[in-house]
Amino acid sequence: MEERLAFVEGAEQPLSMHPKKFALWLFIVSVVMVFAGMTSAYIVRQSEGNWLEFDLPNVFWYTSGIIVLSSLSMHWSYLAAKKDNFNTLKLGLLITTLLGISFLIGQWYSWEALVAEDVYFVGNPAGSFMYVFTGLHAFHLISGVIFLIIVLISSLRNKIHSQNLPQLEMCVTYWHFLGGLWLYLFMFLLLNH
Amino acid sequence: MAVANVSAHDVSNHDHHDHEHKDNFITKYIFSTDHKMIAKQYLISGMFWAFIGGLLSVLFRLQLGFPEMDLSFLRPILGGWIDSAGKLDPNFYLALVTMHGTIMVFFVLTAGLSGTFSNFLIPLQIGARDMASGFMNMLSYWFFFISGVIMFASLFLEKGPAAGGWVVYPPLSALEQAIPGSGLGMTLWLIAMTFFIASSLMGGINYITTVINLRTKGMSFSRLPLTIWAFFLTAVIGLLSFPVLFSAALLLVFDRSFGTSFYLSDIYIGGEALPNTGGSAVLYQHLFWFLGHPEVYIVLLPALGITSEVIATNSRKPIFGYKAMIISMLGITILSFVVWAHHMFVSGMNPFLGSIFMFLTLIIAVPSAVKVFNYLTTLWRGNLRFTPGMLFSIGLVSFFISGGLTGIFLGNSAIDIQLHDTYFVVAHFHLVMGAASFFGMMAGVYHWFPKMFGRMMDEKLGHVHFWLTFVGVYMVFFPMHYIGIAGFPRRYYSWTNFSFTDMYTDLNMFVSVASIITFVAQFIFIFNFFYSMYKGRKASLNPWQSNTLEWTTPLHPAHGNWPGEIPSVYRWPYDYSKPGAKEDFIPQTVPLSATPESNLPHENKLVQLEKEIMAEEGDVLVANETKES
Repeated sequence: MEERLAFVEGAEQPLSMHPKKFALWLFIVSVVMVFAGMTSAYIVRQSEGNWLEFDLPNVFWYTSGIIVLSSLSMHWSYLAAKKDNFNTLKLGLLITTLLGISFLIGQWYSWEALVAEDVYFVGNPAGSFMYVFTGLHAFHLISGVIFLIIVLISSLRNKIHSQNLPQLEMCVTYWHFLGGLWLYLFMFLLLNH
Repeated sequence: MAVANVSAHDVSNHDHHDHEHKDNFITKYIFSTDHKMIAKQYLISGMFWAFIGGLLSVLFRLQLGFPEMDLSFLRPILGGWIDSAGKLDPNFYLALVTMHGTIMVFFVLTAGLSGTFSNFLIPLQIGARDMASGFMNMLSYWFFFISGVIMFASLFLEKGPAAGGWVVYPPLSALEQAIPGSGLGMTLWLIAMTFFIASSLMGGINYITTVINLRTKGMSFSRLPLTIWAFFLTAVIGLLSFPVLFSAALLLVFDRSFGTSFYLSDIYIGGEALPNTGGSAVLYQHLFWFLGHPEVYIVLLPALGITSEVIATNSRKPIFGYKAMIISMLGITILSFVVWAHHMFVSGMNPFLGSIFMFLTLIIAVPSAVKVFNYLTTLWRGNLRFTPGMLFSIGLVSFFISGGLTGIFLGNSAIDIQLHDTYFVVAHFHLVMGAASFFGMMAGVYHWFPKMFGRMMDEKLGHVHFWLTFVGVYMVFFPMHYIGIAGFPRRYYSWTNFSFTDMYTDLNMFVSVASIITFVAQFIFIFNFFYSMYKGRKASLNPWQSNTLEWTTPLHPAHGNWPGEIPSVYRWPYDYSKPGAKEDFIPQTVPLSATPESNLPHENKLVQLEKEIMAEEGDVLVANETKES
């Protein structure tokens, strides 16, 4: 019966996804392209020589750990929402938000560490790129935290439950993306600085 | 396997809600979220910018064609840019060519072309009520508007707008003391472009999401009109390439305003070294052209899509090679990302790398040629109707052939050494990008005017406009091939210091005169457009007897497009002059079971199969089948 249905004349509803969720994925693609351009520029420039070498701030290990933890708490919140565990959901979102803010504070310390080893935004491009990478990522992470706060408020108003998950799902997707992006940047810098 | 679940529920709620909402002037005309209104906003803005961009070109053509002329008569509009001797300020000349390029490439042929037609046609041709996000769509227009305001304001600065060429290479654009246009003018250029990139990305995300997720029943990818394929792939190109321009521009902002050295290195001004070291100007070129090359396909592809549609409809024939057209567009999309350094053959990069880019560039000629071949074979022995839209589409094919051929020369790194930055390049890109895309835009306006405004444009005026413009464009750009080979550099204020250029002074004058006539001819179109909007002959529902879905909406479609249910689609959009059919076209909404006289054998089998399935399940006919018009 299934294969015959495939031949039914015309009018089948095409395969589709929730439009706003799909649009978020496309936005993620555009952000990936910004960082792809930036990291390519880094490699191209590095190959030309006159490249300052310095140690990566150790605090990156801590902030990476924080962001991984925040993805875990985010996932925990999502599982709670699917089961309508409202208290867990709200707690998880709060924890994720706080971890996100801690990440940002940690990144600020990384800038202090760079300054301490005489690496500045203005100067050798090797240093400039460090600030651009961490700065651009942090900028996007701030938008992620804002989204988190909006979703947290939604959850406090009991708007998020198993029958209304899209907004939360979009926030989860974006948050995991931001974490993954940081891990890519960190690994890239570890291998290439 | 994800199937439309919650979204279908949401969309149908949206349906009922929309028919009832009352608009005030602001929500209906200014902050509209209706894709058709937004499309018209883009169109009017695009026309405004085309006028400004064309005007700027006439001004610098006056300088180039008549270097000795006293331009004092321009003082009322140009003020101090005409000096006391009646000569155009050389720095302002550079600003003119820079702004002409920026305006035409971005504001007219990206926003004005894609913004108009992607917005207007995508929901109508795929069978959707509106774009995926009307709000984001509205924002995308207003970001474009803000970008335009900033760019327009920069024209009136004391030191003038940006003047480093539309590509704004550092170090020239990075150092405000380099030329007057690298000061505030350049800063405003960067701010305007940031808003523009945001606008384009929002638009592009909307178009892709809508095409993938909001197609009506039966509208599979292989039944999409070629316009939609073109707009979809254009949006994909934009999504992947505009962010890299953003990166290039961001690093330029840092170099200009924060003293970083991404692009700046070893610069001496007045004998003193600037502190920047370690920068690479070529890095900017790579980042810029990574957008820059795909950008020209963003400009071209919508025009090609429009041409496919207009030629097929007005030849009363299916487009020749529908699948080949799609594969070619896919090929162009993919290849467009790996040819960027053909703009950098003489930048000092490794010649071997040059050979790689040359190889890839020559390959991209193939899918383009396939498309040209298909247009010609569609026209061949067709039942041709020479509407103004058809004339402009055929004109596009002509320009695309002429301009495309010179692209093959320029794609060769060896001859490019002679031809780079000469008028040969100017001739090439104006024919293939400027004229072809501009003609695509014109074809689109003439063809879809009845759908946009419910009236017809005047056909005779359209014919006059076409011939004047077609001949005019060739008169302007064909001679440039000769002066380019002779070695005339581009972006030069004058060549009076060189004696080798004397042989072509008259030709330059001829080009300038032709450009003025061509510019003036566009006012015929402007008049026709606005006059017909109010006083044009009222259009019928389907004046071109076309198969696509947009012609099944009412004459003045409301927000939501179809008053009742969205029609389902049963066939591809190119059933023109199908053997055995009652009329020479069969709209997409006509089921196969309604046209037994013209069905091909495999189509009849499908009808038979459906009848058997329905008999088995005791179903009634689907509602739309009984509503055939």
